Amino acid sequence: MSTVYIPMLSFTDAAKTALADTQLRRNLGKATQTIRTKRAEVVHEMEDWQGLREAGRAIKERTLRHLDHYLLELEQSVQRAGGHVHWARDAAEACQIVTRLVQQHGTSEVVKVKSMTTEEIGLNEALAEAQITAFETDLAELIIQLANEKSSHILVPAIHKNRSEIREIFLDNLAPEHVAGLTDVPADLARAARSHLRQKFLSAKVAISGANFAVAETGTVCVVESEGNGRMCLTLPPVLISVMGIEKLIPTWQDFEVFMQLLPRSSTGERMNPYTTFWTGVAASDGPQEFHLVLLDNGRINTLADEIGRQALNCIRCSACLNICPVYERTGGHAYNSVYPGPIGAILTPQLVGTEHAASLPFASSLCGACYEVCPVKINIPEVLVHLRAKVVRQHQKERRVHTYEYQEGVVMKALSYIFSNRRRYEAAQRLARIGQLPFVHGGKIDALPGKLAGWTTVRDLRPVPQQSFRDWWRKRQAQGGSTAEGVRS
Amino acid sequence: MRVTFFITCFNDTLFPEVGQATVRVLERLGHTVDVPLEQTCCGQMHFNTGYQLETIPLVRHFVEVFRDAEVVVGPSASCLGMIREFYPRVAEVADDARLAEEVRLLLPRTYELTEFLTDVLKVEDVGAYFPHRVTYHPTCHSLRVLHVGDRPTRLLRAVRGIDFVELPAAEECCGFGGTFAIKNADTSIAMLSDKLRHVLDTHAEVLVAADTSCLMHIGGALSRQRTGVRTAHIAEILASTEERK
Repeated sequence: MSTVYIPMLSFTDAAKTALADTQLRRNLGKATQTIRTKRAEVVHEMEDWQGLREAGRAIKERTLRHLDHYLLELEQSVQRAGGHVHWARDAAEACQIVTRLVQQHGTSEVVKVKSMTTEEIGLNEALAEAQITAFETDLAELIIQLANEKSSHILVPAIHKNRSEIREIFLDNLAPEHVAGLTDVPADLARAARSHLRQKFLSAKVAISGANFAVAETGTVCVVESEGNGRMCLTLPPVLISVMGIEKLIPTWQDFEVFMQLLPRSSTGERMNPYTTFWTGVAASDGPQEFHLVLLDNGRINTLADEIGRQALNCIRCSACLNICPVYERTGGHAYNSVYPGPIGAILTPQLVGTEHAASLPFASSLCGACYEVCPVKINIPEVLVHLRAKVVRQHQKERRVHTYEYQEGVVMKALSYIFSNRRRYEAAQRLARIGQLPFVHGGKIDALPGKLAGWTTVRDLRPVPQQSFRDWWRKRQAQGGSTAEGVRS
Repeated sequence: MRVTFFITCFNDTLFPEVGQATVRVLERLGHTVDVPLEQTCCGQMHFNTGYQLETIPLVRHFVEVFRDAEVVVGPSASCLGMIREFYPRVAEVADDARLAEEVRLLLPRTYELTEFLTDVLKVEDVGAYFPHRVTYHPTCHSLRVLHVGDRPTRLLRAVRGIDFVELPAAEECCGFGGTFAIKNADTSIAMLSDKLRHVLDTHAEVLVAADTSCLMHIGGALSRQRTGVRTAHIAEILASTEERK
């Protein structure tokens, strides 16, 4: 069983709180708009962008089709280069492996490179239980860690904070010598973080990272970043442990050609990111002298078994879908109650943890399709969303909890399917609607409906069902010999 | 050409004037319109809400009604999107090879209204006259499922007398999303409020789209707030002529 952070509150309820947070709305609106614009600029300048997307999708799909083969090839390549490979079925196993490795080196402090996978398995919490302190070194991850919050974005974990809020977090949590005279100018904030972290980089014996890619043929692991903190972690401490989802591997070194064009443009809106670190096992007297790669399943193999859902494993964690999503832009990441928020989270998390534990996520979308359009590996997110909705619905129908809204909705939908699949029943329903609406029509409008439908009428009027349907008009017109002008409202 | 008209259950029941306008445009262009009265619903709401098994009888019924049509034309980008994007999938869920084959044969003859006018009939000026300030919201399914592109605005710009103004942030979702507007009403409203702001910024008198469902959502709020802006389906604009004004 996977033990990913399991949502307690439905998206619908969590969103209500988020939508009312004016500071959050402003911070997110501004940030997503900025990244969206940057991305659009650097994507539109690429003449073969659609070809690149298709190549990215094809490489990922082929890799997943032969995952068993490539994973073993990767293991051999890493071992050949002097690294160690560990296999973790789930979050608990991965955390145990990492904790044991850290303990073997007799240290109680580790430095960390920003990593979604270690967040997914709750590594920092597991290390804390073993009295090991993990220091996040990515600026945004550091902010989140100091504020004792969860990240709200895959790439920009503190996107929901503005710089004056960040200044306050630093003043409250960093030692006085690092924050003396601190302003909210970004360079100043970065200087405070650097001053706080420098000693950690130099003294840490163990670094922990995730991985953006690993190459099966060479055993090379890759981390793509902006700040250089990752490069420090990956090169200074003598021991490096990398935790990687099994879907992150690519077959050959040449495949980077595609992904290194797709990823920076889609994520930070840059032609090239500032720091890209590659390492292949260990090298004598250069960089870490001991390297461990932990390969994580944690629900991925189950996801792979689903013919439609498996495309979620193509994801390269660029976050373009979050930045373009009109839902994410307004609710932020926390409303998803999921390590992976936004459109990709809405299709990935339910598959990793089981739809029953994240049943509201597939419905957290208007199916507008903007995510699919920007996805650099062409994940058809709306297609997977409706596929997962069907799984949730089938679950509700099986459970038959008759007092729930979900069950009652199912009864209505079944009835509507029966009514709509036959003309006579359909026309009877039309007549019934005309009569049934009467108690709700006031002054030519419907302005208050009961139950769940009140969600519509709290801010919208509804036009009543007209007395003559189109088909009634058509029938009458045909009976009169058919004249275009008849009954047309101009 | 003999056009078999798929009115859609939504327009048939709630917005009959959209059907009437479509008939008027097509007949004015010299085509014969046929309305099979056996037609009901395409199943979009069921499928998108997760009721896939319940969609199957609706798809079977649709195929049965329209299988012999020369062309099927409908005034709803989302219903046509449902048919083109997901009917093959429904046939798969139904595990019915014959249905899959019928869907495969029917799809290339099925058009959304603005596609049909521009791609098949090759017209942009349909002889319409509409002396009002108009803005156009490109609904998500028209843009990103059917990829109609600038077909609707080409048709609108050719209308005589029209004062056409671009909608800011036009390609952003209005927040309708079918049952999303009910299930996640608060988020839907947050999206809607930005759309309203953009619509009002244009100072248009009429907001036009190729899908009445999104228009019902935006128009419902325009009405509630007494904004003095109304909504109209693109077919209604294209149906208007000088003679009748």
